[in-house]
Amino acid sequence: MAVTYINAIRDAQYKALEQDESVFLYGQDIGKFGGAFKATKGLQEKWPDRVMDAPISEDAMIGMAIGAAIEGMRPVVEMQFADFASVAFSQIVNNAATHFYRTGVPVPLTIRMPSGGAPGTGPFHSQSIETLYAHYPGCIVLTPATVADAYHMLLEGIAMDDPVIYCEHKFLYGWLKSDSYEGDGLPIGKARITRSGKHATVVAYSAMVHEAVRAAEMLATEGWEIEVVDLRSVKPLDTDTIMASVARTGRLLAVGEAFPWGGVTAEVVSRVVTEGFHLLDAPPMRLNAKDTPIPYHPKLWAAHRPTPESIKHALKQLLAY
Amino acid sequence: MTILTEQHARKVYHAMLKSRLLEAKISSLYKAGQIVGGVYLGKGQEAVSASVGAKLEWGKDIFAPLIRDQAGRVAFGEDILDCTRTYLGSAQGPMKGRDGNIHRGRPSDGLIAMISHLGTSLSVLGGMLKARQIQGKMNGCVGATCVGDGSTSTGAFHEGLNYIAVEKLPVVVVVADNQFAYSTPNTKQFACKDLIDRAVGYGVEGHSVDGTDVLACAEVIGNAVDAARNGEGPQMVVAKLLRLSGHGEHDDGSYVPTDVRSSHYGRDCIDVGKTQLLEKGWVTETELDQWEADAKEAVQAAVTLAQKEDGPDPYTEDWTALSRGSFRNWNS
Repeated sequence: MAVTYINAIRDAQYKALEQDESVFLYGQDIGKFGGAFKATKGLQEKWPDRVMDAPISEDAMIGMAIGAAIEGMRPVVEMQFADFASVAFSQIVNNAATHFYRTGVPVPLTIRMPSGGAPGTGPFHSQSIETLYAHYPGCIVLTPATVADAYHMLLEGIAMDDPVIYCEHKFLYGWLKSDSYEGDGLPIGKARITRSGKHATVVAYSAMVHEAVRAAEMLATEGWEIEVVDLRSVKPLDTDTIMASVARTGRLLAVGEAFPWGGVTAEVVSRVVTEGFHLLDAPPMRLNAKDTPIPYHPKLWAAHRPTPESIKHALKQLLAY
Repeated sequence: MTILTEQHARKVYHAMLKSRLLEAKISSLYKAGQIVGGVYLGKGQEAVSASVGAKLEWGKDIFAPLIRDQAGRVAFGEDILDCTRTYLGSAQGPMKGRDGNIHRGRPSDGLIAMISHLGTSLSVLGGMLKARQIQGKMNGCVGATCVGDGSTSTGAFHEGLNYIAVEKLPVVVVVADNQFAYSTPNTKQFACKDLIDRAVGYGVEGHSVDGTDVLACAEVIGNAVDAARNGEGPQMVVAKLLRLSGHGEHDDGSYVPTDVRSSHYGRDCIDVGKTQLLEKGWVTETELDQWEADAKEAVQAAVTLAQKEDGPDPYTEDWTALSRGSFRNWNS
């Protein structure tokens, strides 16, 4: 029976609740209603005391979770949309992320961030904001791109003793399917070579991994072998795997769905240039979303973010250098 | 309602006195250039703060102090060494030099380490209590937090108090309305007639008290803590007073008008309490002299020890914000 990316998120939470009494879920409409995306469907029924509805108070939701974590719980907070986490920004970066460094008391808190766009979701329900949380010291930032990673990385994240920002891509929720949750056992902190090649490296994460693979498939018909690296976590960032890939291919394209100023793709390029300049046969390239709010109309939206076509176009430029 | 006891009033005043003497010493160290960073005093707010701390039990209850709560910390049971070590940058302090001054605490012992972002402690306090509820470990505990009039304007305060009220948690929120947030007067801070009017909007019990009146503070705040502990839901106390120092010791507070300084709320609660306790016969002049002498000696000892201790070493600092040893090899 096929399982989807959203099934993986729901089932990982089921398993976490089942195996650890200190785990609880907290978020808006996640109780009886099962969450805006049904990621917690049926869980309150089974664990009424540990699956709790929250008021529309993102700041207080994270503050509450920090307090519970200090007392030995492992809260998993669902932001209804990653975009709304901006309301909780202070609690996340100033309180949760500084707590262990300041006090020696860890904050094992996982924040699920339904990220990325889908056609028609517009400026406030489409954002990819992993960069913001990666920038601040003290958070781990996960960006699973596969069904198995969605499952295992959520469980692994919940087991961690530090604040974990779990960016789950909404576009992948129902679209991405797999036969099972069986994965390859890669731990958090290790990137994956999703597709091997020798002519250029595409470093991507989250939904962009799939767009990059499609671009690679198109170019394969023209004889190009493109390597696709799935970062899996943007913090920690597995520089070793990226560098090893660039050493093989000599060419780098970093692709992300986030806004273009700074960010994960800039960090990847910066690391490769500063630590592996001698490995490069061409200037490294970046491809991101456009520097505007995320547009509503499907036609504008599709052109706002990188697509297989735009990735392919960028790769052709990179290969022609 | 419990009647204020002699024993409790003495506990409150003793903490007030010790705190005032400790902070006077901290202020003089600052002025002598021996403290790096800011110094924030609770001068004039000791009656309110100590009345909160004195009703809480270390190891059982939870306290989330803010910047003017040295007296509450003393009354709750924080070692004054935590204060001197943190101000003087000793690596032996609870923050190990990674944070300073009033940004300190012992969260595992129920003393929340405040961050500078006002109002954020309310939801953290609520979450700590909620966790104990889930774990079945309430054991009659309560949580209390102190904020100022300025904090009540933040979104975090609103969200946090609303959360506490929705969950009916045993919490006492004490607002020290000292009439100025840094230099901003209440007229530019809120439009309601009195901050206590907000209690009904949040669905919590509200109590007003004269924050300069030691016995009134001990009684009103004490009863609020008892009510929360007895399952009567969240309580909010608004104490009217005046801060008798600048925002920090870098600030002379010259923006406070003379007529406000000379008003009823400009009186010093230390003087008020002394008169009250002497009149009641709950303390003698000799005892007060002894309390003062003992406190000065304890303060001097805590300062001397902290001054002798080394600060943190940047070369042995592990420079990681993450807690798990296994992750320290990550090239993040």
